[in-house]
Amino acid sequence: MSEPLLFDRSSPGRKGYSLPACDVPERPVADLIPAPYLRRTAAELPQLSEPDVVRHFTHLSKLNYSIDSGFYPLGSCTMKYNPKVNEVTVNQPGWRSIHPYQPEATVQGALHLMYDLQDLLCEIAGMDAMTLQPAAGAHGELTGLLMIQAYHRSRGEGHRNEVIAPDSSHGTNPATASMVGYTLITVRSDERGRVDLNELKSLVSDRTAALMLTNPSTLGLFDEQVLDMSEMVHEAGGLMYYDGANLNAIMGIARPGDMGFDVVHINLHKTFTTPHGGGGPGAGPVGVKQILEPFLPMPAIGRRDEQYFLDYARDHTIGKVRSFYGNFGMLVRAYTYIRRMGSDGLSQVSRDAVLSANYLRSRLNDLYDEGYPGPNMQEFVLSGRRQRKSGVRTMDIAKRLIDYGFHPPTVYFPLIVDEALMIEPTETENKDTLDAFVDAMRSIAREAEETPELVTGAPLTTSIGRLDEVRAARFPDLRWRPEKVEDAATG
Amino acid sequence: MAGDFPDDLRYTESDEWVRVEGGEAVSGISAFASEQLGDVVYLQLPEVGKRYGRTEVFGEIESVKAVSDLFCPLSGEVIAVNEELDATPGLVNEEPYGRGWIARIRLENPAEAESLLEAAAYAQNTTERH
Repeated sequence: MSEPLLFDRSSPGRKGYSLPACDVPERPVADLIPAPYLRRTAAELPQLSEPDVVRHFTHLSKLNYSIDSGFYPLGSCTMKYNPKVNEVTVNQPGWRSIHPYQPEATVQGALHLMYDLQDLLCEIAGMDAMTLQPAAGAHGELTGLLMIQAYHRSRGEGHRNEVIAPDSSHGTNPATASMVGYTLITVRSDERGRVDLNELKSLVSDRTAALMLTNPSTLGLFDEQVLDMSEMVHEAGGLMYYDGANLNAIMGIARPGDMGFDVVHINLHKTFTTPHGGGGPGAGPVGVKQILEPFLPMPAIGRRDEQYFLDYARDHTIGKVRSFYGNFGMLVRAYTYIRRMGSDGLSQVSRDAVLSANYLRSRLNDLYDEGYPGPNMQEFVLSGRRQRKSGVRTMDIAKRLIDYGFHPPTVYFPLIVDEALMIEPTETENKDTLDAFVDAMRSIAREAEETPELVTGAPLTTSIGRLDEVRAARFPDLRWRPEKVEDAATG
Repeated sequence: MAGDFPDDLRYTESDEWVRVEGGEAVSGISAFASEQLGDVVYLQLPEVGKRYGRTEVFGEIESVKAVSDLFCPLSGEVIAVNEELDATPGLVNEEPYGRGWIARIRLENPAEAESLLEAAAYAQNTTERH
């Protein structure tokens, strides 16, 4: 049963408040608010009691699925468990109750934490300096490319107008390049799922501003040619951009900085256990090598005579990229995680993430085709092409997994794998959970052969069945409208 | 399934088809492409009156799975587009070679069509991609 809207439950006269009589002189609202801003029709807000509202949202919360309720192998998203100690830390009044406009002397602890977090992230990524401002991964990409553009311009090389990215890249890479005004050049993957070096060689030129690379890639494959690529791009005067989406595979084992990358964005909400998706805002710090330090957003967090301060003195800064200093609460959570894990703990995280993914692949690759041969890193990509022969598509497999109690993997991405199913278990799942997922996937493979209609009709156990995606895209119905009241044509 | 490629059409490796009619050509996307894309929900059609080079991006097609570029199959000026697709983009899935046509092009060089794939060669090409 689907949950009715609050509007549908409304009944005239119900309310959840009781105000005392007004004890100041009342004035007509028209005296207080300019006429153009006054509404001419009633707002038609729902009329409900407090328990009506609480029950509505509690019912909705029960329909939700989250990492706290089950396994969430959404490839490329690193949906790992978010430890509750992060919440304990960030809810200390000293973090929770401060204001960004407080005098620096009264928020030394917060500045100290940001300063230390910058150092820790620099160490993990092999970078020289870091900004914590960007609000998410794609925002980090934008920040990174704006710095790269500023760098080239400062050297009289503003003519560089091309950014190269592989055909396996996240959609945000081309989108970012285009947003900054660059022309995107796509380099193909070879039959091993690595960048085709010969093609890259033919694409790199004095027009190349940067190569954007995710390593390991969205196929979950580490490109061991990365040093050759760095050399090729640097020799042509371009820079190397590292998309940190898959940093969870290499922490404490390999560093983007040592692979020749000049800019790195890090997703705290993926790798460093801050809430993800609807659970909270993201955070996408960006690290740079020394040559790009002058271009970092301001303010930086500086330290002088044992005092921390907001440093606005940056001659070539690209400016501010986020109000105040970034999503501060996320910085506290990530800092908590890093401190709690320590360097041994973080490299163990990566080893376990890689082990889990390889375990799943090796237990599923007899019934499902592999996009590219393993071994893989933190994730792997299966293809539903075998199941398709019996009329079952990858989307059906994904929907059927919901009936088995699991969040589906990422589907139809990366684009270079037909009927892709992209699975990333992360390190926070035990073998029992992984085995239960394997059982479900194997059972679905059997169903696809024997009773395909069971799979194509899924999900069967949810409060709402299969949604009509075409209608949802073509005729989105995003707003409740009252039936009898005329639209307040104020536009 | 995807093996439906009429013999009277020519095909590109990027999955467009063309039907040459004198100095003009009608184009769309192949049954293979529409099957790969899945249900089409939106098309950004080429600009009527604009000249496009062969393989130049001249539109976009969005399905429930992904957004892809549409490439101009032969050089020339777009003289008409299928406006029916604005309201019913699903025609691309239902009748890719008929009511799901995308653009009509006045060809700059009709001989260019000779370089496109014939049905058998295109069928072979799609098999190799599987």
